[in-house]
Formats: sequence, structure tokens, C-alpha cells
Amino acid sequence: MSKVRLRDVVNARAGDKGNRLNLAVVCRDPQSYAAVARALTVEMVAAIFVSRRPAKVVRYDLPKLAAFNFVLDDVLEGGVNSSLGLDGHGKSLSFLLLDAEVEIAATK
Amino acid sequence: MGQRVYIGGAAGFAGDRTDAAGPLVEALSKADGPRFLMFETLAERTLALSQLERRRDPARGYNPALERFITPILKRCLTANIRIVGNFGAANPKAAALRIQAIAHEQGVRPPRIAVVEGDDLTGVLSVQELAARETGGVLLRTAREIVAANLYLGAQPIAEALDQGADIVVTGRVVDSALALGPLVHAFHWRWDDWDKLAAGTLAGHLLECGAQVTGGYFADPGVKDVPGLAEAGYPLAEIDANGGIVIGKPAGTGGRVDRQTVIEQILYEIHDPAAYLVPDVVLDLSDVTVEETGRDRVRVSGARGHPAPETLKATVCVDAGVLGEAEISYAGPNAVGRARLAAEVVRDRLATRAPDLQFRVDAIGVASIFGNDGGALQRPWGDASDVRLRFSARGAKPEDVRMLLDEVEALYCAGPAGGAGVRRHVTPRLASASCLIERKFARPRVSMIEAPA
Repeated sequence: MSKVRLRDVVNARAGDKGNRLNLAVVCRDPQSYAAVARALTVEMVAAIFVSRRPAKVVRYDLPKLAAFNFVLDDVLEGGVNSSLGLDGHGKSLSFLLLDAEVEIAATK
Repeated sequence: MGQRVYIGGAAGFAGDRTDAAGPLVEALSKADGPRFLMFETLAERTLALSQLERRRDPARGYNPALERFITPILKRCLTANIRIVGNFGAANPKAAALRIQAIAHEQGVRPPRIAVVEGDDLTGVLSVQELAARETGGVLLRTAREIVAANLYLGAQPIAEALDQGADIVVTGRVVDSALALGPLVHAFHWRWDDWDKLAAGTLAGHLLECGAQVTGGYFADPGVKDVPGLAEAGYPLAEIDANGGIVIGKPAGTGGRVDRQTVIEQILYEIHDPAAYLVPDVVLDLSDVTVEETGRDRVRVSGARGHPAPETLKATVCVDAGVLGEAEISYAGPNAVGRARLAAEVVRDRLATRAPDLQFRVDAIGVASIFGNDGGALQRPWGDASDVRLRFSARGAKPEDVRMLLDEVEALYCAGPAGGAGVRRHVTPRLASASCLIERKFARPRVSMIEAPA
């Protein structure tokens, strides 16, 4: 096991619906899917977004795409219609996730 | 092999590039099969803004960029029989159709048959109270003063019907984005409205096209990690779909961008909640078994979409007036920029604490701490030793007067704040809030009408 930055193993794209954020996470190398699945838990994502106090975090697994979809409720400060922040859509938040480090078994 | 249908995705939002369609039209005109060009230009709040514009001027209320989207490609589309489907009608599809007709006349091209899809507007169909009773989750509509816009997401049926009637161009208001592709596919392949797997595949094709360049390398690049060649001239997506719902995503020859497994999967999951149940009016799309396969340079086959029976209810977005957002900014640069900027933020905070104690505001230090934090603001965190800091203050209120005090205090930093404060900008923006409602199908009354050539 070694510590790697998520940005080195996965891609991510954020999307919003109201006050809900989704983070599509795609393994750059499909072979790393199982290792990422073990490392990138719901608890870990909730911890990365702790300052936004998520009401709920759900992970949907897509093994055939070597991808995951995380859905985080109530993390957008009200969403694009009422947030006081610059990024009410949460579009930048994929990079908050990607900056995190995970313990992951080497795939190669 | 069978017939293939070709669909270009020329726009992914109201402010998208208006020259993206050119290379798509060029590629489509050489395609061997029915060809369509779709424009998705209608985000949630765009429609409400259009509604406000229509109230000011009954001849407007369609996408303000309509002329710039249509003018460069109309002639070529009509001569090459590339049929155009767009939701750029926004709050006034009929006016948009008349505008396109006028552009055709100005260009001296043959008068197009333009279909108008209406029936998404729920104002006049359901009262505020009736909408409030159907709001999902929230409580926004219970206390709403006035509805700005209430629109049902229509499906692909009226679009397919318009094309069956021979429309060269279909102008809609609110339809689910993916229906802009599913409508042409059902029209071309005569898919049944209960052939769920095919409707699901058509919906997935539409989902991949509806954000324009987001599937062809746009919104993807991270230099050194995820490189995209020729991003400045990225091609927009061109989908080939066969009668069984097989999809190939590509882009026009000679354009920049990138289409591969990684760009396509990011877009498959964009703005998705449960991947096994993506609800649109015509079908429930299940992405669980979807696979992608790179079949050539910038070509990706997408297969395995499954469909389940269409949902009982339809989604509607209801927009209400939500007051204003006030924002003001000021910059500090050079030695001790952080110290002077922090002091400026504290001056504003301390003055408002006694003079406007009820005013809730947020402080960001742009370049230091402005994006990942929360409304608690940047003052709680260390700012490091940046030498170029732009402070941003924001507050919301029902009326502009409610936020003016904050904006005035920021401006006053010019003379009375720390040394070297510069570049104040202040503005107040009206806001709309939106609620989602689930509406019974009996309230959906899509109408298709044809604008014929003027006599």
C-alpha cells in the first residue's frame, strides 16, 4: 500500500442539481478500479467535504466503466440560486476531491 | 449495416460558441443518412430570464443568441437537408420561429418549414397553490410571492411529430435536453414509444450531445495530466446512431479536441444521480451495463443502455423572484498584501457589526481562499503570504437597499481603509430561485404547429 494523490489515478467532473452535487470519478487505468473502490469510500469523501457539512453521501459503482458516481446532498450553500459564494454550481469541487490522498495498492 | 442517423451537438448552453456548428454542418452534409443538428441552449434559469424578457417585449423571450447561432448555417442546412432541432425558443418559441423565417427571407434561401412545440408553460394551467402542493422536498413555493416561470419538461414525442410533418426546423421551449436527439431518432427509425431499450439508447445519445464540447475534450483538460490537443478549436460532437440504438461518438475532421474513453465516461455521468434510474419523460434510462470502446482515433462506441417504462409524473421547474445578490471587490498587492487585505475585511466586519447587525455577508480572498470554503468565509483560515489579494464581499437581500450598506462600506475603503486598496467594483444582480415539482401527465398538453412560408 502506498499513499497516492487521487489526481494521479482518477479523473473527476462535478455536476449540480439544486443544492446537490454529483462527482463522476473515472479510473484513468480501468485495472485500478478495485483498488480505488476499496480506498475511496463514502466516509472518506464525506471527510473531504466536511466543511460543507454534507447531509448524505452516496456512492454508485459502475464497474463496467471503471467509474463511480458520488452524490452529496446539501453541500452547495443553497446552490446556484442562493449561494453567496462565487461557485454556486460547485463546478470547481471536483478538484477538492482530486487533491485528496488515498492509501492504494500499486496497480503496476 | 443498416441505415445510420447522424446528429451534431452544436450548443450545450445559452452562452455557448456560436461558430461551433460550422464544422458540424460541413461533416453532416457529407454524411450518408438522415442528418440533424441540435442546439441545447436552455438551462434551468435561462428560461425564467427569457420569461421576464417576454413580459417586457412580447416579440422577444427566445434565446438572445438565436440569430448568431442560426445565421451562419441556415442556408447550408436547408440545401443539404440537415434538419435543425433546438430549444432556443425558450419562453417564446413562436417568436423564435418567426425570427428564423425572417433570417431565411433576408438570406434569400427557400422558405423553411418551421415547427413550433409549445405546451410546456404551466402558468395558467396550475395555480401557485397547486404547484406548491407538488413541490418535491423544498418549501420554496409555499411562501412564494409571485411565480416568474413554471415549465414542464416535455419529452421527444412532439419533436418526432413535428419531424413526421416535414419540419426543416423544430423550435421548442422547455423539453428535456436529451429529447432534442431522441425526437429525431424516433422519427427516423420509427421506434415504438414502448421500446424502452431503444428509447434509452436515444436518450443516452442525447445526453452525450447535449453539453456540446463537454464530450469532445471541453471541460476536461488538466495540462500535464489530461491534455487536450487543439482545445481552442475543439470540435463539437457528432453522433452516429444505428436502428438498434448503437451509438458512436466522434467529432468533425480537422477540429481540435479529444474523444476517447475518458472524455466520454466523464460526460456519461455528468449531472447524474442514480445511474440505474435517469428519469426523462419518455423512459427511465439505466446506465448500469453501459460500456465504451475506442474504435478509432476520436471515435468511441457506446453500448448497453437499458430502458424501463417511462415515469408516471413529469418534472417541472418553477422559478420565483429571490431578491438580489450584492457583490463588491477591492484589491491589495505587494508587500504585506495579506495583512492589509485582512485588515480591510475586519474594518468592514466591525463597522457593519454595529451599523447593520442583521446583514449576513460573506468574505472571500480571491487567489487565497475563495472557492472551496463555505459561507463562514475566508477570515477563519490562514491566508499565507500571497502578494496579490482581491477581497470579495457578498450579501443577499430582498431589495437592492438591503445590500447597499455592505457595498458602500467596501467602496469607502478607498479613502478610509488600509493603504493601497484599489480597483473597487460593485454590483447588484437580481436573483431567481427555482423549485422542482412533479406533475401528473394529464397536465402535459404538447402542441405542434407549423409556421408556413408567408404568402
